[in-house]
Amino acid sequence: MKLEIIVAVIVLIFTAQFLYISSTTDAEYGGADGEAEGVIDELTGGTYEPIADPIWEPPSGEIESLLFSLQAAIGALVIGYYFGYYRGKKQPA
Amino acid sequence: MHIMEGFLPGPWWQIWFAISLPVIIYGIYKLNGLIKNKRDLLPLLAVAGAYIFILSSLKLPSVTGSCSHPTGTGLAAILFGPAISAVLGLIVLLYQALFLAHGGLTTLGANVFSMGIAGPVVAFLIYKACTKAGLNFYIAVFLACSLADLATYVVTSIELALAFPAQTGGVLTSFKAFATIFAITQVPLAIIEGAITVLIFKYVIQVKSDVLVKLDVLSEVGLRKIKELTT
Repeated sequence: MKLEIIVAVIVLIFTAQFLYISSTTDAEYGGADGEAEGVIDELTGGTYEPIADPIWEPPSGEIESLLFSLQAAIGALVIGYYFGYYRGKKQPA
Repeated sequence: MHIMEGFLPGPWWQIWFAISLPVIIYGIYKLNGLIKNKRDLLPLLAVAGAYIFILSSLKLPSVTGSCSHPTGTGLAAILFGPAISAVLGLIVLLYQALFLAHGGLTTLGANVFSMGIAGPVVAFLIYKACTKAGLNFYIAVFLACSLADLATYVVTSIELALAFPAQTGGVLTSFKAFATIFAITQVPLAIIEGAITVLIFKYVIQVKSDVLVKLDVLSEVGLRKIKELTT
């Protein structure tokens, strides 16, 4: 149990930090990946043109979230199955 | 840590492809061996892959007011080694490049290098060094996974800095600019990733500890010690 408590505390600290920052600043919470684009613009003086475009982009933010959650769900399913299967196996029928 | 589609000019994207490709090929070769000879390890391989799937989909808000996500490659690296982790990372990066416009096909080589190769190599080396030094197993896992996560983002910053050196100050100045975005955002996420991976390991030990010995992650003696401590 000790480990679980330590992890819970770490997550709580993280949450508190997030609540504090989001209430005291007007941070936008955009992706860090996108911010790199701004730095590239600055470094090159806005002259850089991407050499390629994504072949398909999610039509909206909602659909993007859908695909992200689908990704997480697939992962969670597999992990849940694994632990459930072996836990069940260990117990006598 | 994804470098967006088109944001690495030639010759850099070709260079990163050239570096990543041999590792991927070696990884697929090793993976084949695993599938043929050690079928009982496959469920755990699925868990390692699924873990990367989950963690890299979680875009968490962080201290600097921007979002980023953990990588989850530490688990696979400790269990199966960096080469197989690179293949698992490639699968996730392909999913995100094709369906989410996150990362991209031209930058795939660079992204595979930072997330699939550099991170896992760091995790693997730190884990081995810590176990040699006789550190507690869980602390070793925590350090390996946190630092691997950070390393991924540091390497991404290096990749971008090499491709976009600043006019004054060159590569180093741009590295600082990219690192402030990526690496600092990543510190709290790296700590969380480390902590959660430790929990996963705890549960693997609870339900199926023999695979860890088979994978050379733990020795028989080490495993018994951990079990005594937790029960």
